[in-house]
Amino acid sequence: MMELVCPAGTPAALRTAVEAGAHAVYCGFADETNARNFPGLNFSRAEMAEGVAHAHARGAKVLVAINTFPRAGDADLWHRAIDDAAGAGADAVILADMGLLDYARRAQPQLRRHLSVQAAASNADAINFYAREFGVKRVVLPRVLTVAEIDEINREITVETEAFVFGGLCVMAEGRCSLSSWTTGLSPNMNGVCSPASHVSYETTPEGQDARLGGVLIHRTPAGGPAPYPTICKGAFTSPDGAGGRQTGHIFEDPVSLDATFLIPMLQKAGVRALKIEGRQRSRAYVAQVVRTFRAAVEAADRGAEMPVGALAKLTEGQASTTGSYAKIWR
Amino acid sequence: MDLTIGPNAFLWETDVVRGFYRDLAATPAARVVIGEWVCSKRLPLWQAAILDAVEALLAAGKEVAISSLALVTLPMERQMTRDLFDMGLPVEIADLTALESLPQGHPFWVAPVVNVYNEGTLDWLARKGATRICLPPELPLSSVAVLARAGRERGVAVEVWGHGKAPLAISARCYHARLHDRPKNACMFVCGEDPHGRAVETLEGDGFLTVNGVQTMGFAVTTAARQIAALREAGVSALRLSPQPGDFAALVGAWDSALAGGGDGLLDELRRIMPEDAFADGFLDGKPGMAAAG
Repeated sequence: MMELVCPAGTPAALRTAVEAGAHAVYCGFADETNARNFPGLNFSRAEMAEGVAHAHARGAKVLVAINTFPRAGDADLWHRAIDDAAGAGADAVILADMGLLDYARRAQPQLRRHLSVQAAASNADAINFYAREFGVKRVVLPRVLTVAEIDEINREITVETEAFVFGGLCVMAEGRCSLSSWTTGLSPNMNGVCSPASHVSYETTPEGQDARLGGVLIHRTPAGGPAPYPTICKGAFTSPDGAGGRQTGHIFEDPVSLDATFLIPMLQKAGVRALKIEGRQRSRAYVAQVVRTFRAAVEAADRGAEMPVGALAKLTEGQASTTGSYAKIWR
Repeated sequence: MDLTIGPNAFLWETDVVRGFYRDLAATPAARVVIGEWVCSKRLPLWQAAILDAVEALLAAGKEVAISSLALVTLPMERQMTRDLFDMGLPVEIADLTALESLPQGHPFWVAPVVNVYNEGTLDWLARKGATRICLPPELPLSSVAVLARAGRERGVAVEVWGHGKAPLAISARCYHARLHDRPKNACMFVCGEDPHGRAVETLEGDGFLTVNGVQTMGFAVTTAARQIAALREAGVSALRLSPQPGDFAALVGAWDSALAGGGDGLLDELRRIMPEDAFADGFLDGKPGMAAAG
């Protein structure tokens, strides 16, 4: 059966995910070392050790995401996170930075290393390189690949692959995007945040409801309608064509989220070892429902049964969903 | 500090490319990176101009490197990446994929779209054979200073983004094709209609981003014009200027004069040479990158 890797933003979410059937949970320390560095989220050192003990007692694994890029001159914080993940008994660390991978390989050689999606290893050559240089055992695939390409990649590599199946969707190659720091000064790579809430403002005007990020208008929706969160790549913009015309709309991507439920059997056939659910910032109720649904889907795929399509529609908050890059037409 | 000219990000007519590099050979730039790094589909359209350009640049005494692709997914793109090492030039890697086919001892440079944020990564790349690294544009001066020092200790030249629309993101999806309601595999090379990219404005009409095929850039040109003295003091080895339409040779000349002097008045000079451009310089100050320069 494919491994189901579930988000745990808090110790309570970790327990919820394990109870709901997660084979593994991923989480991070409460600082800049992980890419969901949000207020009120993440684990202290003691909570991490307790979380690992709790998960292990129930047969689940804990993967610790240390997937931002250390600040120059300040790598100690990131090195400590790796050492403390090992000390807490974590089953693996999820890393993106080359220097950090090199440190983990030398300082904690027994600790399993997964390559974060933030490293954007997008083909078999890059994956084989990371595997040989850093002893990476699993690669989380960037959301730029089709299922057919994933199948091809798995034929040329010996390490495991993990693919996102549900939740927030990066439109750009992950770990290679500075749209957030262009607009707010804070980025996923440096600060572990994208389009941070601290820089968001909403305002109702005669034209409608405005959502801004760093003062930049990202969405303008009719008054009374839902105001989507102003994530830059899902914003509405306008582009002059140089000949007097212009295109207006969601130039990069609509405000959609990823749902690849019905592709699970194909991903299994393509040799994908683990399926990942995005959403460490989500509530326990959300985590419980998504994990239960996907555990059932993974078991169904294993039996060759039908996928429970659309079971999670209400969790996407009325938003449309997409299979993103997994279908070639998306490009 | 001296000047490196980065690889052109845009799709230009072959004759325009030829003229650009012919003019560039006569400028005081110390080195030039050439090659297709944004979209593999474009390369056949202009690759005929590459060898002549390399010859002219070498004859003019420039160091020349060839750039790899920034995002490699297709088998053809992997082959393109391997073939670069046969050209007998240093390769500037725009993605780690290229290192998988790096011949033993072949010198390589590192493009600003590779994530070099700290000394650990710089050190690891130096051990692999990197001799020159252009840092990601989003890094603040405090990080630049640490990395420039680390580079000096390890014999790696450290470059900073000096001038050009900053590369902010790359995607499997082509936004240029999407703007024209075309699928990527039938794009008809519409990105070629916009030699400095296509503007993306907010619904209030403010310039915000630039679409360049699968790449997204800033709308304003990111410039280090006001920060020359600070970068020199930090021990930065070179500034990178990114090709753009207009009188680029004059732009290189203005930067060269500014490096020879104190850099006062450079921003005004750049506004005069490129009157259509807006300028931003927030990144080095640790502010939003789009913050207006000056």
